[in-house]
Amino acid sequence: MIVLEKRPQPSRAWAIATPILAVLATMLFGGLLFAVLGKNPVEAILTIFYDPLLGPHAGYYRPQLLVKGAPLVLIAIGLSLGFKAGIWNIGAEGQYIVGAICGAGVALAFYPLEAWYIFPLMVLGGAFGGWVWAMIPALLKVRFGTNEILVSLMLVYVAEQLLASMSLGLLRNPQGLGFPGSRNLQQYESAHNAELFANTGMHWGVVAALLSVIFAYILLNQHMRGFHIRLTGDAPRAARFAGVRPARLILFCLGSGGALAGLAGMFEVAGPSGVVSIDFNVGYGFTAIIVAFLGRLHPVGVLLAGALLALTYIGGEIAQSNLGLPAAAIQVFQGMLLFFLLALDLLTNYRIRARQTGVA
Amino acid sequence: MKFTSLLVGGALALGMATGAMAQDDKAKVGFIYVGPIGDGGYTFEHDQARKAVVEKFGDKVETTYVESVPEGPDAERVMTQMALNGADLIFATSFGFMDATVNTAKKFPDVKFEHATGYKTAPNLAIYNARFYEGRAIQGLIAGEMTESNIVGYIGSYPIPEVIRGMNSAFIHARKVNPDVQFKIVWAYTWFDPAKEADAAKVLIEQGADVILQHTDSTAPLAAAEAAGNVIGFGQASDMGEYADGPRVTSIIDNWAPYYIERVNAVIDGTWETSDTWAGIGDGMVEIGEITDRVPAEVKAEALELKDKIASGEYHPYTGPLNKQDGTPWLAEGEIADDQTLLGMDFFVEGITAEMPK
Repeated sequence: MIVLEKRPQPSRAWAIATPILAVLATMLFGGLLFAVLGKNPVEAILTIFYDPLLGPHAGYYRPQLLVKGAPLVLIAIGLSLGFKAGIWNIGAEGQYIVGAICGAGVALAFYPLEAWYIFPLMVLGGAFGGWVWAMIPALLKVRFGTNEILVSLMLVYVAEQLLASMSLGLLRNPQGLGFPGSRNLQQYESAHNAELFANTGMHWGVVAALLSVIFAYILLNQHMRGFHIRLTGDAPRAARFAGVRPARLILFCLGSGGALAGLAGMFEVAGPSGVVSIDFNVGYGFTAIIVAFLGRLHPVGVLLAGALLALTYIGGEIAQSNLGLPAAAIQVFQGMLLFFLLALDLLTNYRIRARQTGVA
Repeated sequence: MKFTSLLVGGALALGMATGAMAQDDKAKVGFIYVGPIGDGGYTFEHDQARKAVVEKFGDKVETTYVESVPEGPDAERVMTQMALNGADLIFATSFGFMDATVNTAKKFPDVKFEHATGYKTAPNLAIYNARFYEGRAIQGLIAGEMTESNIVGYIGSYPIPEVIRGMNSAFIHARKVNPDVQFKIVWAYTWFDPAKEADAAKVLIEQGADVILQHTDSTAPLAAAEAAGNVIGFGQASDMGEYADGPRVTSIIDNWAPYYIERVNAVIDGTWETSDTWAGIGDGMVEIGEITDRVPAEVKAEALELKDKIASGEYHPYTGPLNKQDGTPWLAEGEIADDQTLLGMDFFVEGITAEMPK
């Protein structure tokens, strides 16, 4: 008989191996799924993982990986800080939206003035917007002990309504012939988060994502607060004895997560997207949760996981149009990734043993 | 950095070159859809038209499509990818793809683009749209005649001119046959989300609506109407005939096939030019699905008469006298709205009590 036995210590080897095994298992079972759908599984997997990197038009796709991956990494870094400490911010999507609204709002308030200080102010505005939105669940939790999972999630829907209202009212383009949506910030030079070097996909959001990885790494490894975050997650009781003030930690984790999500929204609205529109948000805030876990809540892991998810998005689109794979199959494929990761995660904390039935 | 941009430039040039080459053998046509092809409504009909293109031209065309593409930068990437893979013609089938289509069209001057329901054109970017409001007039008439509670529920997607035009047209023609009718409007802020659409329908039914009109793409509102019992609805974008024994009394069907065939043919012949098409019932782009027996014979006759008058051009659904919601005069007696005003419509007509979302 096979039993699961809890390991005295989580296995380090398994912690590193599971993401890789999860990707391999996803390739295997995803390939089976594609085969059942009547597609050549090898070709499909190659299209998803190889074509965006080294295929015939990779020169276009590689920069797109940065464009798609940057907001995921930026948001996931913020989330991973909280998740490490057991603080569950599920509402990054809402913080992303509010950050975008505030960032774009700053820009449109200055329109049509051209000045160097507009973009830095937008960055502050974006971070502030996301921070404020995250402070709502944070303060409610600290003050009244509400559940931050529910509050932050519900605030996503509030943010979506706010976004619709902004696209139709305050931020609507007066020259838009009555159509909803703001002016296009790509055509407003001082506010445009343009590519830093043409055709590289490298914009300020990508720079911010890389910086956030470095800062998170230093914070978690060198800084007292980082130690407190890790300690609270691993041993909440011990953390209290060690002098961690939970309220401060909650405010810090939710606040920094919100600010980073807000920044991601601001860089997106000022760059790749360009306009505040009713359906500006496409789910980065939720996908970032997968990225954070896939990256083991480790800054470098998050960076790699963000790149991997960006790859499946872009490769998935290529597979759709070149091989005729349905969109739902690609979503299932992405879902498998998280599923296998969580399933294999069991092996980090448990080991499989064959129980001896006879008398020892 | 220079090296990378050189590479990208090379790749782009290569893409365009293959785009031009493909014209020699097969016309490659790409479609991007906002919803899944199985939505049973709007995207389904676009895909039916794509299939009609394949059937018509056989080996002479190769079509590809990507479904459920978010409106924004993702759409631009999908279209760029199609262009890089040698597409000669790309149909962007949702309003929200507009800026992405404009940007992609700029990058690939040799590829032809067709954008549905938008207003921006370029030498290689044509727009096309259907006068759905003509069909809405007929729905409005039936709704006004059939309602017993005098409350008609309307599920809007986004408050864009396209949708507002339909609401006003339906309301005007409902009021014509029933001066007591009221419209209740719920905005779903989505084109396709069965759960949200069903919720919207339920809310409207709870508020007393016994007729549901929808400008969203799934069959969920009809399912909600069926579950509620004594409520009728209409097929949207597609016939939704599977509900014909239940709540669906007729439908507006988007028939894109003739237009797609014509435009693909123009690409094959090399005669494609940018254009601005806005076709209605008379041109066959908007079709009215069969009116079921649930509608009394005299109402059915009235509806069909209205349809014929619109088709022949004898009657325009936006004929004065009409006032705007706030009471200011808009169209004088006998005056017909010009296309420009209709295309940018951002106001309700007098009598609609709902507020325009702000």
